[in-house]
Amino acid sequence: MKPPPFDYVAPTDLDEALAALADAGEDARVLAGGQSLIPMLNFRLAAPVKLIDLNRVSELSGIERRPDGGLVLGAMTRHRQLERDATIAEYAPLLAEAAPWIAHAPIRTRGTIGGSIAHADPAAELPALLLLLGASVRVARAARDGEAPGRVERTLPLDDFCFGPFFTALEADEVITRIDIPPCGPLEGTAFEEFARRRGDYAIAGAASRMILDEDGTCLHAAVSLINAGPAPALVAGVEEPLVGRPPTEDRLAEAADVASAGCDPAPDMHGSEAYRRHLVRVLVLRTLARAARRAAAGRTPGIETEDG
Amino acid sequence: MLRVEDARLLTGRAPFIDDIEPAGTLHVAFVRSDMPHAKIRSLDISRAADHAGVSAVVTAEDLGDLCRPGPVLVPPPPIDGAIFNARTALPLAREVVRHQGEAVVAIVAESRYVAEDAAALVDLDLEPLDAVADLDRALDADAPLVHEDLGSNLAAHVRQTKGDYAAARAHADVVIGRTFRYDRGVSAAIENRGVIADWDGRDGRLTVWDTTQAPIPVRNALAALLGLPESCVRVVAPFIGGGFGPKIMFYAEELIIPWLSMRLGRPVKWIEDRYENFFATTQERGQTHESELALDAEGRILGVRDVFLHDTGAYDPYGLTVPINSQCTLLGPYRVPAYESEFRVAFTNKPVVTPVRGAGRQHGVFVMERLLDFGARELGLDPVEIRARNLLGPDEFPHDHEILYQDSAPLTYDSGNYRPSLEEAARRIGFAGFDGERAAAAAEGRCIGLGIVNYVEGTGIGPYEGARVTVEPGGTVSVVTGVGTQGQGHFTTFAQVVGAQIGVDPGKIRVVTGDTSEFHWGTGTFASRGAVVAGSALHAAALSVREKILQHASRALEVDPEDLVLEDGEARVRGAPDVRIGLGELASRANPLRGAVQPGTEPGLEAAAYFGPARGTTANGVHALVVEVDDETSDVTILRYVVVHDCGTVINPMIVEGQIHGGVALGIGNAFYEELLFDEFAGAGNASFMDYLLPTATDVPAIETAHLETPSPLNPLGTKGVGEAGAIPVAAAFAQAVEDALRENAPGLEIVDIPLSPGKLFALRNPADGGEDS
Repeated sequence: MKPPPFDYVAPTDLDEALAALADAGEDARVLAGGQSLIPMLNFRLAAPVKLIDLNRVSELSGIERRPDGGLVLGAMTRHRQLERDATIAEYAPLLAEAAPWIAHAPIRTRGTIGGSIAHADPAAELPALLLLLGASVRVARAARDGEAPGRVERTLPLDDFCFGPFFTALEADEVITRIDIPPCGPLEGTAFEEFARRRGDYAIAGAASRMILDEDGTCLHAAVSLINAGPAPALVAGVEEPLVGRPPTEDRLAEAADVASAGCDPAPDMHGSEAYRRHLVRVLVLRTLARAARRAAAGRTPGIETEDG
Repeated sequence: MLRVEDARLLTGRAPFIDDIEPAGTLHVAFVRSDMPHAKIRSLDISRAADHAGVSAVVTAEDLGDLCRPGPVLVPPPPIDGAIFNARTALPLAREVVRHQGEAVVAIVAESRYVAEDAAALVDLDLEPLDAVADLDRALDADAPLVHEDLGSNLAAHVRQTKGDYAAARAHADVVIGRTFRYDRGVSAAIENRGVIADWDGRDGRLTVWDTTQAPIPVRNALAALLGLPESCVRVVAPFIGGGFGPKIMFYAEELIIPWLSMRLGRPVKWIEDRYENFFATTQERGQTHESELALDAEGRILGVRDVFLHDTGAYDPYGLTVPINSQCTLLGPYRVPAYESEFRVAFTNKPVVTPVRGAGRQHGVFVMERLLDFGARELGLDPVEIRARNLLGPDEFPHDHEILYQDSAPLTYDSGNYRPSLEEAARRIGFAGFDGERAAAAAEGRCIGLGIVNYVEGTGIGPYEGARVTVEPGGTVSVVTGVGTQGQGHFTTFAQVVGAQIGVDPGKIRVVTGDTSEFHWGTGTFASRGAVVAGSALHAAALSVREKILQHASRALEVDPEDLVLEDGEARVRGAPDVRIGLGELASRANPLRGAVQPGTEPGLEAAAYFGPARGTTANGVHALVVEVDDETSDVTILRYVVVHDCGTVINPMIVEGQIHGGVALGIGNAFYEELLFDEFAGAGNASFMDYLLPTATDVPAIETAHLETPSPLNPLGTKGVGEAGAIPVAAAFAQAVEDALRENAPGLEIVDIPLSPGKLFALRNPADGGEDS
């Protein structure tokens, strides 16, 4: 369990990093937190010729609130920051609620939001959560041959970014630089819950729900995103149908949970059958939708609390 | 008293194997089979041998005469009609590999990194053979053969009986018959194995540091195999991060690394990594039982019949210890007039099975306790009542079960007082009021349940251990014994045993274990025997030293020995404590530089002694727990855990509790988390700690313990072993509690397979597997 030989650079400047990546091409890998890459190296499942360490690139860190109320998260934002940052707790409480469930505390101090999205593990929390929040991904690369010199950037909505298990729209010379999250409204509620064998494990199944109500308690928007219940994060089709335009009663929430359970695509594995996973999806979607509805109704989205009225 | 070794352990000053690295050390990586069963079609090491930084690449051919099957470490007991087919592994595989992880090539290089780079360059061409993966079909006539020369996969067949089960069954009011399965796991010590060898060619001495529980047998084996005098081989077992049984073996690496050091004239080091550990270190579990319990109308046991299959993996180097433990421990603390027990051991293409903490005892306990639960349900008795009706009484000891135990001695319980253990556990867990507690929880929509089970543990078996106690002229007391230590607190308990006899604070006694240059008689740490056997040898040596101290002090202080007391490192006159002499001063006087000594006397204040018990001593206990089952997710949380334990005289209560806590954690892993999953070709699919689930601190509850003390008559300290006790009955108690929690929501649920998991519990409740809810 020792990695194969590789070259290593640790630039402090993003353009330097992009140039190094462009230079090394497909044989290079970008090292963010190392949450997944380092184990893959030690198992010799990955054998890059060069590692480009982004940990010293200061341009990639930081959490900011835009004037419109949305958030900008640097790609090297650690999971631990999502868990503890006051701005996140106030304006993206879903991330603050879910972050403590990402792996273990020592891993959260290393693992990054950009790394998680780039790795695109269907069992990871962040891609599914960011999708539910309508986030977009900003990526950058160095100019290619024939292009004007400088940095080339593009922005993709998250559902155009994660395609399948460990498969994204990121090109070999591109690096994720930041994540943009649109603002949330006062009558919006979100909730997260996952089921894992042990605290810190990848979830057997997880669900995040989001609901927006009007002043009368009528549901304006309902969405559910699932973790480890399909090849890539996707919003569950059809959950809004029993809910939107009506108050979210218990029966309608249950109907939406049934839709999610029937519509997801979990694979059986060592932790349980497909039937068990569908069952868990129903349980978790029902729990999170109900909680999101209560939070929306209360006109607040408390982040850290997970058991509230 | 606190553990004296903890200061060193907690501040990182205790040497573990990977801390040791003599100058010029070379490092080894092994190329291992990634197939469970295959023919070696070809093997080309040339590219690896040419790789920069590689010193040697070694195959079976290079080992010459050493490439012969390893020893059978424990001969099977002399049971009438028993069949035992010994098949052990070559140090490096030749022609055929029989389990995943079997070593084929050893690569020596300047670093482990380079050795692994070179390992990737070995061209090992394996042709897959049909593999034996399913224990239940391993003995079928058309099963592939693990050992072709044997003609079948039967490793052993043993039948032991007591009384007339058929007659008992004919008179029974209730007969409970079930099939039970208890699957495999690994021991998962924090520290993997490691071996470092340093051959000094100038004076022909070999030093080996080895994560072994048995340094003396390893030294003796190495001397014999490498053609060296035993006195020229030193094996040191440093601090070890957990033994749990698999480190009692003699593995191929323990031979190859010293041989490489002798061949290359350099120190050579191999540290097992976690992935290797999942295949190359021995494992446990894997039994299928067809069992029957015959009861009368009052729930009294008339007889038990148990026929089981045991998976030994690809080889059987540890004889029959594990299945015999299952066979014998099944009887538990109960009066069982008739017992018919038969087992077959099967070879499979899985890693080798040898004892792991509990060593098969948990399987027997699981079968018996589950049968009693189902019997109680049938008769309308509660779980405590059916057990209480069958316990052996305090006047029934010694109790002869009329079969042979793993140590070849008759299975005879030396002593015990079982009912108080059961009553104390029932009281502490709140058994009497639990119906109300369960109903109150149900009213809140919560499912809680209680489990309570008995177990016994045969501990402290022979053959013997030895020890030497020395009072040095500076007053230091040094104690040495041959057993290895892997975290059990030996440095404390052994010092306490000696200190109690010679009046020295245990914190001031220097204990050395597991270094053959300090002591070379003994067998090792296994079968919960350290305190019982080595402890008794230390006690005897300390008594001899005490006699010598008293004689010399009597002469020095001119008083009768009877008038002396030993305390605070001094001999003092009773009633006149100012008249005294230090033990160091006495040691100096006992070793004069000039002058005459009495003929027949020995110099110094030193004695060695040995202790060999007639047979093992039987400890007992009760585990009780309360669980909550999440009716929606099928997850199980342990709310309370109580262990009432009787290991005879307790030397150090904190250490006994620590042993129990660790054992319970392991048992919780066995019951609900750990399972090594093999595919239909015997390949393991979850060989990492990401997928092989060990219980963590958040999964193990606070454990309440209580000690009862029924001293053993078989040793002077009155102690019984405790090392494995915590691990043995957990699965049985857990299964009972989960069923109890779901008595309303899933009536009739029966848990007969271990380990359980939320997914399996869901499947049990939804047998069609298509239904969303039961």
